[in-house]
Amino acid sequence: MKCRVCRGAAVIDIRRHNANFCREHFLRLCRDQVEKAIRRFGMLQPGERVLVAVSGGKDSLALWDILVDLGYAADGFYLGLGIGDYSEESAGYAHRYAEGRGLTLHTVDLLRAHGFDIPGGARAARRAPCSACGLSKRHLFDEAAREGGYDALATGHNLDDEAAVLMGNTLRWQTEYLGRQLPVLEARDGFPRKVKPLVRLSERETAAYCLLRGIDYIVEECPMAVGNKHLAYKAALNDIEVQSPGAKHDFYFGFLERASERFRGEVEQDRASLAACERCGSPTDAGVCAFCRLTERATARSPVHFSERGGP
Amino acid sequence: MRVVLRNPTREMDFDGPVTVHDLLQRLGLNRESHLVICDGELVAGDRTLAADASVEIRSVISGGSR
Repeated sequence: MKCRVCRGAAVIDIRRHNANFCREHFLRLCRDQVEKAIRRFGMLQPGERVLVAVSGGKDSLALWDILVDLGYAADGFYLGLGIGDYSEESAGYAHRYAEGRGLTLHTVDLLRAHGFDIPGGARAARRAPCSACGLSKRHLFDEAAREGGYDALATGHNLDDEAAVLMGNTLRWQTEYLGRQLPVLEARDGFPRKVKPLVRLSERETAAYCLLRGIDYIVEECPMAVGNKHLAYKAALNDIEVQSPGAKHDFYFGFLERASERFRGEVEQDRASLAACERCGSPTDAGVCAFCRLTERATARSPVHFSERGGP
Repeated sequence: MRVVLRNPTREMDFDGPVTVHDLLQRLGLNRESHLVICDGELVAGDRTLAADASVEIRSVISGGSR
């Protein structure tokens, strides 16, 4: 296979573009796709300060690398989730990347800062771990961007993520979620602007980008995510993609162009009822926000009963 | 050839030479969700892997609370 641009030896084939690329032109393609997404959806303006949610995985490290390369003032934010060896290893990748390039990485440890970790907190609060994790990330990423005075919060959601979420929302016709599934959410009522600059790249491409740029990332999957629906949707979509290259792109971008607008009404209705959380001040549609309620349940200790012998 | 599969990590021997696409197909792996690395370098689908090559097949799917 030859590179579509220079006819040199290709290192990757991308069927939805019906093209192959050498290292140099593949890296350029990735940067161009991110730049195109940023411009098309008005995600960022030149010179803006961006906070990148960094997990130590391929997507967030590729995103950070490309944003810095494109000239944005991008700092990282790592949230320690307390998922055993997985969290320790992923923190190592995030820190080594930042140190190696002289970039700023802010870190918050969930257990130290809020008194619970994801495995223990999810158990105590009787929530699915991925649900408790997602809620904690959204809340603490928003808070970090707000308090740090950043213009936007960037996350590493890629085309596969967005197509899989869209599939899940569509299968259940979760119209409120469909109305919110956008590559950029403008700042409002204490929420920072949120942007997803990787939406034009598949996760095979973000992984290849890291390999070709010499970026080490955590390859192993989060042990708590194994068997979840999101992974099943991705597998189903990749089965379709093999038969019909470009299907994931058409599904997601077709939704944005031709269907998304139809679901905005419900989101607009919800916005009118937001107020500050009584405990932390974050915007919420309840008196106490979902993260503060999770923290309360996750840190509540069950009473310990002692037998007459003195043992529990 | 020695083949290491990642995420989760396991190892196996495979008779070569074989192309990248054939290797993935014979192992029942989706080409949209895997990268193949031969002797430390990313290789495209039509590349023939030598019988004595050291090969890594890397799953690129990640999930959870994204």
